[in-house]
Amino acid sequence: MSALLELDGVVARIGAAAVLDGVSLSVGSGELVALCGPNGAGKSSAIRAGLGLTPLHSGVAKLGDEDVRRLSERERGARAAYLPQERHIAWNLPAIEVAALGAPFLSGAQALERARAALDEVGAGHLAERGVAEMSGGERARVLLARALVVQAPLLLADEPIAGLDPDAQLLVLERLRARADAGGGVLVSLHDLTLAARVADRVVVLDAGRVVADAAPVEALSPGVLRAVFGLGGGWVEGPDGPLLAARRLSRGD
Amino acid sequence: MNRHLSLKLGLAAAILLALVGAVLFGETALSAAQYGQALAEPASGPGEVLWQVRAPRAVCALMVGAALGLAGAVLQGLLRNPLADPGVLGVSATAALGAAGAIVLGAAAIPGLVESAALVGAALAGLLLVAIAARVRAPEALILFGVALSSFAGALTALIFNLSPSPIASAEVMNWLMGSVQNRSWIDVAWVAPALVVAAVFAAGASPGLRMLTLGEEAARASGLSMGRMRVLALIASAVAEGAAVAVAGVIGFVGLAAPHLVRAAVRGDPGRLLWPSALAGGLMLVLADLAARLMPTDQELKLGVFTALVGAPLFALIAWRAAREWRL
Repeated sequence: MSALLELDGVVARIGAAAVLDGVSLSVGSGELVALCGPNGAGKSSAIRAGLGLTPLHSGVAKLGDEDVRRLSERERGARAAYLPQERHIAWNLPAIEVAALGAPFLSGAQALERARAALDEVGAGHLAERGVAEMSGGERARVLLARALVVQAPLLLADEPIAGLDPDAQLLVLERLRARADAGGGVLVSLHDLTLAARVADRVVVLDAGRVVADAAPVEALSPGVLRAVFGLGGGWVEGPDGPLLAARRLSRGD
Repeated sequence: MNRHLSLKLGLAAAILLALVGAVLFGETALSAAQYGQALAEPASGPGEVLWQVRAPRAVCALMVGAALGLAGAVLQGLLRNPLADPGVLGVSATAALGAAGAIVLGAAAIPGLVESAALVGAALAGLLLVAIAARVRAPEALILFGVALSSFAGALTALIFNLSPSPIASAEVMNWLMGSVQNRSWIDVAWVAPALVVAAVFAAGASPGLRMLTLGEEAARASGLSMGRMRVLALIASAVAEGAAVAVAGVIGFVGLAAPHLVRAAVRGDPGRLLWPSALAGGLMLVLADLAARLMPTDQELKLGVFTALVGAPLFALIAWRAAREWRL
């Protein structure tokens, strides 16, 4: 079966610096892939490359079987939903209207119906009529997740969707993404919390300085060697009651 | 009835009342018999006053105000900035430059030439902005470019004053720059009406993209809507509307800035739904402002542009004070 997303040897540059230096990865149906790596490793750039938002120096980004550059905007929007890291919403729209922006080609009533279902799904049904400027950061994050879930695309790309959220909201977001994958969709999500990544993902792709250094089942990809070389962490995984737990410490120089 | 429809109907009703008031009241007081005569015989003296002087002037104010309100709403949505107004991108300054140049060159004697020159100025600014917007996406960059364009056009207008051969021509330019719908005829209405329709069509095309832009540039670009197309439509809509307004009435400030704010809360912030109520609110504002300027007991009639700035600036400060709590900038 063909992948929903495929990056093949992707090189992207900002000025002279390569932010992506020959990245290859793929996401298939029913699969949740976590993208991990330190700040500046190229996680957001990889996601944006998959959406065709970053000009590529070389390599190919494909959505379904098509080069993303050959797809019209509408076709791209039909193949991939995007939940950006940025959570600023310019105007004080009610949550339901923000969520409904996930379905710009549906009639107003249909879009609102889906928006309501998505808000319920993320536990924000009671916020439907509230203006997003009157919400906490966590509430706004739920509304934006609902917006991404309203998009009926087979693939969902989420850029650090749990950054800055309380533990309950973090687990809720990941649970929704997992449910999306279990229902047959593909999900690529960048995460800094390695324990949560290991718990929720089918595979972890580790990026470092624009290169893929590991792509495997979570505990395997985040091996002690990778933790040490990429994240500067000592230690490793221990078996917890709900899955593997990362028992890590910061390495001092010379360790 | 849904709230958006009732908002528009309410504004339309208020506009109708304001238009009736603008036709009935003016400097020349008419008796009841004269009103009767004006209604029965449009070609009579009182009829002329009502239908050839006051009515076209009021309709002109309505359309210019609507164009400014529409342009303001489009630009605030496009730039995601509640402080944007049609002046910020330099379109009005460029249109004013075109008109000023034409007046100094003696084009005022030929009907339509000054208006055409203003439209050409606005069109050039619009094309330049479209070309810039195709290369840079950050709204801040577009604003900075617009400020530069505005300053440059302003400097060239000042240069025209500077080099103007006759003080009479300078006074004429000055007069025109202050903005007014005094002595406007049905011909002026015929200038601005089609432009308003064109601007409305383009704005309607940009409307879904403006809503999507609420989520920010990145999310909007991945939404399936064409943001490039939306930007072109929005810039053309605002340039056409602003150019037509300046062509017919000179430079009138604050309406384009304030009209969107008057109705934003009623559409719950939605930049797509804001367009028509903002146009209606702009039209209403200018009809009322012109009526007030006419009825003001001053020797020299107050210029509309001066009046809107005098009343608009404090009023706008008040609106901004209230709205600031909601923006959470």
